[in-house]
Amino acid sequence: MVAQIQALRGRSGFGLWASAAAVVVVLLLAPGYFGTYQIQLLIYGLIAAIAALGFNLLLGYTGLLSFGHSAYFGVGAYTVALVVEHLGPHSMEFYLLIGLPVVALTSALFGYICVRHTQIFFGILTLAISQVIYSLALNLFWVTGGSDGMRVPRPALLFGALSFSGSGGFRQFITSYYYYVLAIFIVCVFLMWVIVHSPFGKALQGIRDNEVRARFLGLRIRRFRWIAFLVSGTFTGLAGILWVPLEGLTTPDVLYWTFSGEIVFTALLGGFRNFTGPIVGGIVFTYLKTYAVATTEYWQLLLGVVLVTLVLVLPTGIVGAISRLGQRFRERRAAP
Amino acid sequence: MILLKTVDLRKQFGETRACDGLNFIVHKGEFLSLVGSNGAGKTTLVNLISAHLQPDSGQILFEDRDITFMTVTERIKAGIARSFQIVSLFDALSVFDNVALSVFSREGKAVRMTSLADHDEEVRREALEVLGQFGLASKERVMAGDLAQGERKLLDVAVAYALRPRLLFLDEPTSGVSTHEKAQIMDTVSSVVRGGHVTAVVIEHDMDVVFRYSDRIVMMHEGAFLADGTPDEIRANQDVASILLGAPLTA
Repeated sequence: MVAQIQALRGRSGFGLWASAAAVVVVLLLAPGYFGTYQIQLLIYGLIAAIAALGFNLLLGYTGLLSFGHSAYFGVGAYTVALVVEHLGPHSMEFYLLIGLPVVALTSALFGYICVRHTQIFFGILTLAISQVIYSLALNLFWVTGGSDGMRVPRPALLFGALSFSGSGGFRQFITSYYYYVLAIFIVCVFLMWVIVHSPFGKALQGIRDNEVRARFLGLRIRRFRWIAFLVSGTFTGLAGILWVPLEGLTTPDVLYWTFSGEIVFTALLGGFRNFTGPIVGGIVFTYLKTYAVATTEYWQLLLGVVLVTLVLVLPTGIVGAISRLGQRFRERRAAP
Repeated sequence: MILLKTVDLRKQFGETRACDGLNFIVHKGEFLSLVGSNGAGKTTLVNLISAHLQPDSGQILFEDRDITFMTVTERIKAGIARSFQIVSLFDALSVFDNVALSVFSREGKAVRMTSLADHDEEVRREALEVLGQFGLASKERVMAGDLAQGERKLLDVAVAYALRPRLLFLDEPTSGVSTHEKAQIMDTVSSVVRGGHVTAVVIEHDMDVVFRYSDRIVMMHEGAFLADGTPDEIRANQDVASILLGAPLTA
């Protein structure tokens, strides 16, 4: 693992930016080549990637396994639904304006409680809190609609400049929303990249590797974990905010622990020790799950088999495995 | 001038008195060695002073300030740093990042999350300077986990040194390395520490090393001080010899 990180670092900054730019170009051109359904799936994929990116700041960089990130995703989704029901304007920017502070505050509050512990105790606390939120959403049916959930109509984008109604509205919405989410996704990736390469990000990795030593550098461990939790939950909450207008409906399912499990799965699938792992994981998982559901009614079994195989055969995930292959290739080429 | 002073410092683990009413004094600018057999209480004393442990009773004064109840972070700010007996590094971070993190922390910059760590020229210059002093500059990009044992020991000291303490505790900086490397490590450590006018307290078992590098030697036995003096005085002390070697020293 150490060698892998080294290999990633050794790569020139130019190569990194060039490959990122290539991916962005492909993503920008995608709607010209794929149908509405595929683009819709890709939006789900990008949203899952944002959620996993946030999640991985805790798992990959801080060494804390949250088993309750559905809470932040769900709070984001439900905040939008409640805004729609009580405040009116069907504007995506308005959803973000209200939703982001709500998910940030929620993450700050729950994070404050959870980071008092680490390891399994941390995981259990995050799980317990998310289950509390789940049962509230399920039982306060006069607020949340109970198990029926809440509807969220297609919002207007860019301060009402783009609205989607009538025939063809759905297709237009998908294309526009794709670019909308893609733009936010790019900003999120960039932000997260800066965060993990900032002094703060290095401190998190230090805390992950060696808590005692980090304390003897004078770092206030708990405060760092708390801020990491806040950022992490906010990213995942943002994903929830972006997800609900696409889905058109939010039910307590997005708060249930199995959904937290999917976020963990996503990070494992892509590889939680790599920056790009959760991004790749988010997109691959979305397609994997969609096709598994379409192919067999035992899709959960299928995903379970994938997960077990993954942990046994590719513990570093897709990105980890690819970078190891790449490294082996380079070594072979370097050898005479 | 007295830099650090403990007053009747006590710490007990069950029936074992690891520190039995110690009045420990460190003078400014000295290179002091703390010696004694395993279980004598040396590491416990360092743990108490660095806030890794809380004393049962007693007082710790640093530069005439009572630091007994200060947290680790506060004591580091006050100017006390330490290294660890079993190398304690950030293995998945580069050698550079290990030292840079100390500098970021000391400067209060570790909470910055919107600037790139590698782009802070001031920190970069200082971290490279420290690495240079410890002979690790060429290893800057190597992961700490991939270093050889001797280099890891040096990096462990460098990480503590980069906090720019006024008092530096080194818990067995040469344990687990070959005799040949021991001398190299101690040469480097003592020249950097003396050059930087940092007061150092070193826990060490190898008496050759202790006699060669120390200004003063304090010997502990069963949680109490047994002897205190210059290397020559300690060499001449028959009690020390009998406890330490079970036989008179032939030096």
